[in-house]
Amino acid sequence: MYESMLEVSAKYSLVTGFAVIGATMWFSYWASGKFTNGRVHGSAIAIMLGLFMAYLGGVFSGGQKGVVDLPLLSGIGILGGTMLRDFAIVATGFGVNIEELKRAGSAGVMALVMGIVTSFVAGVGIAAAFGYTDAVSMTTIGAGAITYIVGPVTGAAIGASSEVMALSIAAGLVKSILVMIATPFVAPYIGLNNSRTAVIFGGLMGTSSGVAAGLAATDPKLVPYGCLTAAFYTALGCLLGPSLLYIVIRGIAG
Amino acid sequence: MIIYGVALLSVCTLTGITIGQVLGKLIGIPANVGGVGIAMILLILAGSYLQKRGYLNLKTEQGIEFWSAIYIPVVVAMAAKQNVLGALTGGPMAITAGVSAVVLSFALVPVLDRMGADKQQAPDDAPATGHSTNNNNNHAQTSTGQ
Repeated sequence: MYESMLEVSAKYSLVTGFAVIGATMWFSYWASGKFTNGRVHGSAIAIMLGLFMAYLGGVFSGGQKGVVDLPLLSGIGILGGTMLRDFAIVATGFGVNIEELKRAGSAGVMALVMGIVTSFVAGVGIAAAFGYTDAVSMTTIGAGAITYIVGPVTGAAIGASSEVMALSIAAGLVKSILVMIATPFVAPYIGLNNSRTAVIFGGLMGTSSGVAAGLAATDPKLVPYGCLTAAFYTALGCLLGPSLLYIVIRGIAG
Repeated sequence: MIIYGVALLSVCTLTGITIGQVLGKLIGIPANVGGVGIAMILLILAGSYLQKRGYLNLKTEQGIEFWSAIYIPVVVAMAAKQNVLGALTGGPMAITAGVSAVVLSFALVPVLDRMGADKQQAPDDAPATGHSTNNNNNHAQTSTGQ
């Protein structure tokens, strides 16, 4: 029985993914109405449930890809993979009002630069507080606080140890997961309810998965605005990390 | 036909991501430079162009709207494949670094919002979510603002 299920779910992995995620969504929207009176979005609950399942997947399989490492659920990897994620994000752009985008443009660029510098400084400060005082380690961990891609890219470029690189990836993971969970709850306090703040938010946070999920759980209408700026964040981080930011830290730390 | 919409979306996505990839190569960084953002702009431009010419019928639009609607489930699947265990077992340093980056960035959202709003004032009073009737207004304000 289990073997047959395994065979089917391996062959029809994407279809299995639709079924499992559909059931998760249904349960989440039901729980949202039943227990929170709709105050916590169904999508927010679904994302948290997804993260929780990912945690269990990691515990049971010892892998790094959440539930995807469980043989029955490998199809979720396709459904939630980069290809379909980007495809769906681009599709959300179809409803975008181009005038609003133009108006928020300059704020978005400023948010990108400030977001990278802020996250980097936070990462560097914490690294120093925990005793990593050499320029290479501080820069790598700071870059990890930008996103978990910028961390290892920067670390590899400036010759960080693999231990420090792992730490920088972990810092980036914490950031992206926290953005996914916290955004819908923080949104009312920071005015995240219009296209302009969404553009700013995307530029400040920058983690594409965090922004994508955080905005989806807050208000799906805001998704394209935030994702548009966030699309430039990691690249800008990869550009600045091993160059300007490293030089500055090296200048300070000696 | 629905496939026309899906194909338009695909072409825009592929073109945008390719441009992002080429930009990354040109600058010399191992990352895609704004591919998704460029793709989105292409879709917006192509969509409004075709709409004006009357080439986009309901069925074609449905081909795009389906993927836009499937977005949240895709994001839930994406959440389910995150390395949550890795984040939680990354140690106190990694967790503190990640958390402080997020807290500071959250705090900056209203700050940046206000900074820009001073410069171009009025338009932010209206809730800005897709009212096409505001378009003429916005036009006037953006052109005076620049």
